[in-house]
Amino acid sequence: MRDLSLHILDIVQNSIKANASVITIHMGEKAENKQLVLEIADNGIGMDNDFLTRVEDPFTTSRTTRKIGLGIPLLKESALKCEGKFSIYSEQKIGTKVFAAFLINHIDRLPIGSIGDTMITIISANPNIQFILLLDSIKGEFKLDTEEINKTLKGVNITEFAVLQWLKEYIDEGIQNIFGGVLNEVDG
Amino acid sequence: MKSMAELDEIRKKTLEQISLRSNAEGVRVVVGMATCGIAAGARPVMKALMEEVSKRNLQNVTVSMTGCIGACRLEPVVEIIEKDGSRVTYVKMTAEKAVRVVLEHIANGKVCLDLTIGAEEAKK
Repeated sequence: MRDLSLHILDIVQNSIKANASVITIHMGEKAENKQLVLEIADNGIGMDNDFLTRVEDPFTTSRTTRKIGLGIPLLKESALKCEGKFSIYSEQKIGTKVFAAFLINHIDRLPIGSIGDTMITIISANPNIQFILLLDSIKGEFKLDTEEINKTLKGVNITEFAVLQWLKEYIDEGIQNIFGGVLNEVDG
Repeated sequence: MKSMAELDEIRKKTLEQISLRSNAEGVRVVVGMATCGIAAGARPVMKALMEEVSKRNLQNVTVSMTGCIGACRLEPVVEIIEKDGSRVTYVKMTAEKAVRVVLEHIANGKVCLDLTIGAEEAKK
């Protein structure tokens, strides 16, 4: 994957497949150890211990069209190649949490990419799922909750293009406010 | 600074337009959005489809996503599913090709034969 936003888009597909109704995406700066952390948590069906122990292996997948699943192994690779960390927690019927950490100034750290594009892509295709985006750094916090957006919209569909366009601009602004100057790819 | 007041404005404008639309079953546009599709560039394709459908004000067209259909080497894959269930599969899509498909196929009913999976497989 070229950037973290594409990894997020990919990992979120797993949550959708697991019938999640709430998906939380958290990106934060851990200033004390110069890391960027990414957490994607869902309330989907979860995995049993057997599947969980195999899930980081590319030859594990729940899909039936092919015998290979690369979403999780690719994210793990992206984290480990910049001296980061990767872990995954899951409990059946409760949900799954994928955690990755990246050393911010490592030369092999992927740029964050367009988080706004990823968010509007998943929101427009899954309007019935509640998505929560949380961003934080020493500069502050940003939160987007599609349930709150839906309350403001009162009956207008969140998939209306004008709404999606506003959401993208809103998120882009959040990224700039929180990560501007913190990540070298985001202008301060 | 983006504000919720702006969102409320969008809501009011949209409500005025919605009353003009019908609820008839329409065309479904489905983009393959598994690891293979994403890595091959499915996100910009989906965005171009949404943008173009909105720009041309096409009613009853929904753009959504699906998993891997097993033809990873042909990603990004886009399927157009008509009201009657018949479908056309476009392969190796780009944002530019997506704009063409919306204009020629969805708006004007003319299938872009050169972009279909059949045309791609015939090259072999």
